[in-house]
Amino acid sequence: MKGFIIKEFLHIFRDLRTMLILFGMPVAQVLLFGFAITNEINHASIAVLDRAKDSKSLELQQKLTASGYFKFNAQLDHSTEIEKAFQSGKVKEVVVIPADFEKTLALGQPTAVQLINDASDPNTANLISSYTTAILMDFAANEMTQNQAMPVTTETTMLYNPELKGVFMFVPGTITILLMLVSAMMTSISIAREKEMGTMEVLLISPLKPYQIILGKVMPYVVFSFVNALVILIMAYTIFEMPINGSLLLLLAETLLFILMALSMGLFISTISNTQQTAMLLSMFALMLPTILLSGFVFPVENMPDPLQWLSHLMPSKWFIIIVKSIMLKGLGFMYIWKETLIILALAVFFVLLSIKNFEVRLNLK
Amino acid sequence: MNPEIAVSASKLSKSYQGKNALESLSFEIEKGSLFGFIGPDGAGKTSLLRILNSLLIPDSGKASIMGFDTVNDYKKIRRIIGYMPGKFSLYQDLTVEENLKFFAGIFKTTIKENYHLIQDIYSHIEPFKNRKAGQLSGGMKQKLALSCALIHKPEVLILDEPTTGVDAVSRGEFWEMLQKLKAQNITILVSTPYMDEASRCDEVALMQAGKIMLRNEPEEILKAFDAELWSVKSNRMFELLKDISDFSKTKLAYRSGDHLCLIPEGKFTENNSLIAYLETKGHQSVRLEQIRPTIEDSFIYQMQAQN
Repeated sequence: MKGFIIKEFLHIFRDLRTMLILFGMPVAQVLLFGFAITNEINHASIAVLDRAKDSKSLELQQKLTASGYFKFNAQLDHSTEIEKAFQSGKVKEVVVIPADFEKTLALGQPTAVQLINDASDPNTANLISSYTTAILMDFAANEMTQNQAMPVTTETTMLYNPELKGVFMFVPGTITILLMLVSAMMTSISIAREKEMGTMEVLLISPLKPYQIILGKVMPYVVFSFVNALVILIMAYTIFEMPINGSLLLLLAETLLFILMALSMGLFISTISNTQQTAMLLSMFALMLPTILLSGFVFPVENMPDPLQWLSHLMPSKWFIIIVKSIMLKGLGFMYIWKETLIILALAVFFVLLSIKNFEVRLNLK
Repeated sequence: MNPEIAVSASKLSKSYQGKNALESLSFEIEKGSLFGFIGPDGAGKTSLLRILNSLLIPDSGKASIMGFDTVNDYKKIRRIIGYMPGKFSLYQDLTVEENLKFFAGIFKTTIKENYHLIQDIYSHIEPFKNRKAGQLSGGMKQKLALSCALIHKPEVLILDEPTTGVDAVSRGEFWEMLQKLKAQNITILVSTPYMDEASRCDEVALMQAGKIMLRNEPEEILKAFDAELWSVKSNRMFELLKDISDFSKTKLAYRSGDHLCLIPEGKFTENNSLIAYLETKGHQSVRLEQIRPTIEDSFIYQMQAQN
């Protein structure tokens, strides 16, 4: 057993690629998701077609720039220039302020500010227009109070993530993806490699029991996955100032449980694939893609068609992301996440049993 | 159960997707013998060895090693055999010493404990013990793999094509090592596609298409060659085989290296008639000489007699 685990560590340390995936990836991914891929709007360039050119329209423009979300790229003079502005690719949104803006407002009559967006990137278009709308509403509300009271006002409070930081969303997702990758993919590949190289034949012939072979293969990856999770958490805490409001111990315990679950999935994959390539493709398509797409990490599950929503319930990653968020952001205790924990535990047991059933003490030649 | 029998098989059959790999094989191998399974690729050697070492289950028939059934007592068998699969199953990224240590470890022994067993073999590669297995030459890999298969002092050693892809000198050395191992009272089963290696075994079985065509001691196989063997060369080797096959006194002719082998009907005293015959067919500088049959020739001869 001991010799087996030592051997496994040697395999990992000797292979530069494995090392890179194990240790380079977490850092790269967190930095990438944290800094580069962000849903927040920052200095989006917009153009304004000001047909009014009065004091109120100027006030509105100042309000837009003062927000820090936008920067003015151009003042347009004519509606024909709108198309050109978009074609140049430098402008994401054009704000059209109608003529007699101030006068209409002063009369207390309704007026419409037109927002034209470059929807070739729909997400950004949506975001920019909603940010602009928010500022316009604020502006309108101010105007209203000067003349008459607004019938209903809304006041929104963003709980748990008041600044709407994208990092808070990405860290749980990144931990999940990485643990899936390291645990499931790496174990399945390393077992498939033994089969491919023919060393599995010798291992099978040895007095080693199947559970010893499996444990020996899996142990190093448990350690590495856990170290990875720690690295991500530390980076999230220090660089991105993500709070850990709940119990750290509980978080680590849940992480360990998820690692074991991912490993059991990797084991299962390795029992049904005979080459490293099959193992890798299977992990990619069966584990990675659903983890990314259906876990609610990138796309909100609530907006998906029903069949996909049902499918997402089967994704352990979805439950793990909920757990991580609950502990880190909401500071919830075990009482609130026992259901999610139970689901992951059940999946782990399921896959372990399936793998043991599938593990061949003989060669499986068809 | 004869206590002198190390390996026995009765009516072993195995097929893959309807194609027969083994057809009702039965044999017994005595303890302490060096037994060779010889045959071309696809003859069923690997399947047979994998059934014997318990990695495969036969479709029908039974086999046992040291009295243990290969299907029911596979756990006991796995303690007493050493196995070297066709591809040298070493960890390429581990060093020579690490490989050996690992295989000693999984068989719950240490290098020290059984060093005397592998000393002869391992001493050749010990100077390179810190080199990675992937960087060894074919011959050295083979020695390391053998050391790994031997480190737990098996009673039966099963080697699947250990000399394939290894240079001639290393092949020779390897067989000498096996001879020495035999002296340690280890029963050794070897498979090989090289017929010339047959003479190195105590006993050989010639396999073809899942059957044992012939089984005997190498000397007996040689003795069974009761005909003359002539080597023929001419300036037109390409047509030579056809022309000789058409010759009235030819029993069997086949290509062998750079010459043709000819087994005539009866005694071939008037060999001049062949030269004259070949010259009428347009061959020049015909060279004819009687040669000693090798075990390979004997195999071909006896196979022909059986057909």
